[in-house]
Amino acid sequence: MSGNPEASKARTSMNLYETFTQLENFGHSLTSSCYRIRATNTEDIHEAFQLAKRLGLTVTARGTGISYNDASLNGGNIVLDMTGMDRILDWDPASGVVRCEAGVTLEDLWKRVEPDGWWPPVVSGTMKTTLGGCLGANIHGKNNFRVGTIGEHVTEFTAILPTGARVTCSPQKNADLFYAMIGGLGMLGVFTTMTLQMKRIYSGLIEVDAWHVKNLKHQLDSLLEHAPDHDYIVGWLDTTARGRSLGRGQIHAGRNLREGEDAQAQETMKLTYQHLPDRLFGVMPKALLHYFMNPFLNNFGVRLINAAKYMTALRDHTFRQSHAGFHFLLDYVPDWERSFGRGGLIQYQSFLPKETAENAWREMLVLSHRRGTPSYLGVTKRHRPDKFLLTHAVDGFSLAMDFKVSDGNRATLGTLLKDFDRIVLEAGGRFYFAKNSETSAETARAFLGEGVIAKFKKLKQRCDPNNLLESDLYRRIFKDIGP
Amino acid sequence: MSDSPKPAHRTPLTPRRCGLIIGASGGLGAALAKKLAGQETSLALVARSKDKLDALCRQINAKGGYALAYPHDVCDYDKVPDLLRKIVADLGGLDFVIYAAGINLPPGGIDRYNFENDRLMVEVNLIGAMAWLTPVAEMFQAAGAGQIVGIGSVAGDRGRVGNPGYNTSKAGLATYLEALRNRLTRRGVHVLTVKPGFMNTEMLKAAQGATPFVIEPEKAAEDIFKAMTKRKQVIYTASLWRWIMLAIQHTPSFIFRRLTF
Repeated sequence: MSGNPEASKARTSMNLYETFTQLENFGHSLTSSCYRIRATNTEDIHEAFQLAKRLGLTVTARGTGISYNDASLNGGNIVLDMTGMDRILDWDPASGVVRCEAGVTLEDLWKRVEPDGWWPPVVSGTMKTTLGGCLGANIHGKNNFRVGTIGEHVTEFTAILPTGARVTCSPQKNADLFYAMIGGLGMLGVFTTMTLQMKRIYSGLIEVDAWHVKNLKHQLDSLLEHAPDHDYIVGWLDTTARGRSLGRGQIHAGRNLREGEDAQAQETMKLTYQHLPDRLFGVMPKALLHYFMNPFLNNFGVRLINAAKYMTALRDHTFRQSHAGFHFLLDYVPDWERSFGRGGLIQYQSFLPKETAENAWREMLVLSHRRGTPSYLGVTKRHRPDKFLLTHAVDGFSLAMDFKVSDGNRATLGTLLKDFDRIVLEAGGRFYFAKNSETSAETARAFLGEGVIAKFKKLKQRCDPNNLLESDLYRRIFKDIGP
Repeated sequence: MSDSPKPAHRTPLTPRRCGLIIGASGGLGAALAKKLAGQETSLALVARSKDKLDALCRQINAKGGYALAYPHDVCDYDKVPDLLRKIVADLGGLDFVIYAAGINLPPGGIDRYNFENDRLMVEVNLIGAMAWLTPVAEMFQAAGAGQIVGIGSVAGDRGRVGNPGYNTSKAGLATYLEALRNRLTRRGVHVLTVKPGFMNTEMLKAAQGATPFVIEPEKAAEDIFKAMTKRKQVIYTASLWRWIMLAIQHTPSFIFRRLTF
């Protein structure tokens, strides 16, 4: 398979300069100017590789640009916009198997399968992500401890390699590529289609148990103890609480309803039932909400908000909630990330073994308070390991912390996160490449190990001998390490 | 290249700007490079002399800056698009471009003429700027962001007896930059015209007659950096020249014709 020469010529005469675009990460804390070329079919992908090779540029695929860091940015080089490849190619409501193009978003997907009684097996906190991005980062959800990452539900995918080769991979076929390309940050090839197995549901509702936890130990013990009897578990952690309350918060543990448990299943599984409300309390348009949040997003305001949230969390209760409402918390307030102001936000997520998590996170939280740069939001989850090459998973927990970035705190925050990296590495922890923006090559080498990096680099050499696939993230972490 | 600086990655906590200076090997260009290198900026430096460029880059990189050298003659107009693309890829983006390349070749007296010199000045000072700034304008216009800085001269404000070719090249550049500004401001792009008076550089030797208010190029670089931050449109450096040139511009022609400067 190589590009059609006529179309390729058309691309040559295209004015590359006119595609120059300033792109951002999800948190609006990083901009990068790239040549954005849109792909609407596989031929466009071949052409992008040919163009890059001819012009001495590199390519990275980008979906909706929801990554917190530089995974889909490629400064001064080509960004291949995959959002045009957004067709759901096959959907079989009998077996729950779906085949999609890489630019299909989780929103497109769940809206297609939910009315037929299915739900994507693994979803991120926002439904705006594309499947190509989900596979590239190998995303996890609140059910990671039970069903693993999204990669474990992919039965097959096809991709185009920079060599021009078209490959089909599954756990049986080209297994080495399968386990490296999923979670491979798009550095081995560009996903074109993927086949996934959906999960059966018998109601549009999830039954959620909510209870408060008084401190970090209580929080982690709760996750560990209650995960086995739930399908989903997630903790909110008050990152501003100190002393004996350090690590306090609230656990939400969800369970898919079994057949017959929801008398109105016909009703609740309709799409209209799943829509997130546009207004708060029926009056306030949520699209405006982020403007009102902004005045509270400072060290003092956030302490107040977190304390108020904890007060309301004190009432332990059980309720039923729509799938969309339960899963897509990040979409609940549109553009909420804009409320962090001009400097934007970053997220620092660490994955720690269950034995070392408590001490390490206690040290990190205390350190963030002492330095005057507390995190504004903390979220905990329960995880289990998986077999993907660049995996972030551990038998333990993760803690995601959001930080506001401003001109005044960049240096302090930079030092803090370096100290965090050290603490996490000493505690045997790992990192997730879709989130952290400051992870250095040395840190990546320390937690991945030389063997894994050598293996990844060997595959890179095989799939992409001319190094046509690069992103800002790849240059930051992988380019200069390994063989 | 053994002189390559350590890679400087752009992250939310270590933001960097990417800048290109054309005509960076000496005088004002070099002073600008040194000034901007200390401002969390990755620089691409273009000039004809490879040796001077390499020395400048070494000096900047030794101080923890980030500068890459690209030897190039601005009269090689056809080579600009490929070189620009390479520079943008090497820097990892492009946020501002400063066109500081300029020559001053006086004809040697108020009754002398020298077409070869005039042509060379127009080629370097004006056409070179157009060759570089055309693709840059296209890119910045598409991105809806970016800064363009052109180094004109007080000499472009009025045609005088001493050096018609130089006056013309700098007047043309000022008009070109004004037109770019009128096109690009609505697209979010900032265009700054700088009009230095006399500066203590190599070019000062070419000046005819008296050279009042000479400033060091470092002072001009400082002024330009401030004007870029404040997104000014036209600045004189030293600022005193604004008033001098105002008077000169308004001097009636029947007087101006009789002057000998």
